[in-house]
Amino acid sequence: MTSADHALALPASLSLAGRVALVTGASRGIGRAIARTLAARGAAVAVNYSSREDAALELCAQISADGGKAIAVRFDVADPAAVDAGVQQVVAALGGLHILVNNAGVSIDALLLRANPDDFSRLLDVNLKGAFLCCKAAARHLLKARADGRIINLSSVVGEQGNAGQSMYAAAKAGILGLTKSLARELAGRGVTVNAVTPGFIDTDMTAAALQGEARAALIKQIPLARIGQPDEIAEAVAFLAAPAASYITGHVMRVNGGLLI
Amino acid sequence: MTTTKTNDIEAKVIAIVCEQLDVRAEDVSPGKTFTEDLGADSLAIVELVLAFEEAFSLKIPDNEVDNIKTVGNAIDYIKKNASGAN
Repeated sequence: MTSADHALALPASLSLAGRVALVTGASRGIGRAIARTLAARGAAVAVNYSSREDAALELCAQISADGGKAIAVRFDVADPAAVDAGVQQVVAALGGLHILVNNAGVSIDALLLRANPDDFSRLLDVNLKGAFLCCKAAARHLLKARADGRIINLSSVVGEQGNAGQSMYAAAKAGILGLTKSLARELAGRGVTVNAVTPGFIDTDMTAAALQGEARAALIKQIPLARIGQPDEIAEAVAFLAAPAASYITGHVMRVNGGLLI
Repeated sequence: MTTTKTNDIEAKVIAIVCEQLDVRAEDVSPGKTFTEDLGADSLAIVELVLAFEEAFSLKIPDNEVDNIKTVGNAIDYIKKNASGAN
C-alpha cells in the first residue's frame, strides 16, 4: 500500500490530501520526521535544507518511493531574500502553500559567563528571525488558503521552563511562543491557525552529544514517561495541528515532552 | 496612456476589489471607502494591496497605502504608477 492509498484510508479530518506543506530544516532530525509524516497524510511536501543536500534528496526519494510527493528546496532561513525566493519556488512548483512548519534551528549551548554574543546573534537569526521571515514570506499564500492555512512553529520545553546552559536557545524558543500567539491573532480573521509545539528531549543528531551516559540517565529520571522521545512523536502532533481536525485550535502551545513539564 | 487602457485599469481594480472584499460590482464605485463602505478590516487592506501589486506588477510603499482610502484613490494611484505594466 502506498502512502497515497493510506491518505485515502484516513478519516477526512486527518487527511492532508491536496495540501502543500513547507517544512524548514527538514533534511534531518525532527524536521525529517515531520516531512515524512505530512507526506504520508497526503500533503505535497517541500523539504527545505541549508547545507545537507544529500540528506534532503534522499528524503525526497524515500517519500516518492512511499507513494508521496516531495521536492527539495535550498535556502537559509536567516536570509530574507533567499526565504522570499524559496517560498516563491515552492508555490510555483507545487501550486500554492497551505502549511508552513518552522522547524529549522541550531543549538549553541553555553553558561552565561562563557557565552559569546556572536553565537547569540547567530542563534536568534536562525531560530527566531528565520521563523519570522518564513511566516512573512508565506503569509500571503496562507491567507489565500483561508481555513486550510496553517503555521506550526517548533519551540521547545526549554523555551517554557528554561535550562541552565541554554539561555540563548531558551530565549529564542520563548520568542517563538510570542511570535506564534501574535500571528494567531493577526491571521485568525481568515481562518488561518498558528500554533506551537514544544518538544521535550528528543533523540536526534542535535541532542545526541548532550544525551549520553549519566546525563541521559539523570534526565530520564525527571521524565514521568521515563524515556527520551522520538522524532515521530513530534511529527504526529504537527500533523494533527496541520489537519482539518485542528481547525478550532489557534495560539496554542502543544507540549510533547513525556511529562517533563506539566 | 489610451482611454481604453485607463478603463481597463478601472475595471480590473473593481474586479479585484469585488474578489478580495467579497462585494458586488454594483456596490463598488470610485467614491466608496474600503473600510467604512466596503467593510474591509486591516488584514483585508493588506491583502487588497498585495493583489493590486501582483495584478499591476508594481510596489505600493506603506506611506502610499495610507493614502489609498477609496476605490478612486486606488484607481488614480495605479493609473499614475502602472504605466509600464502590462
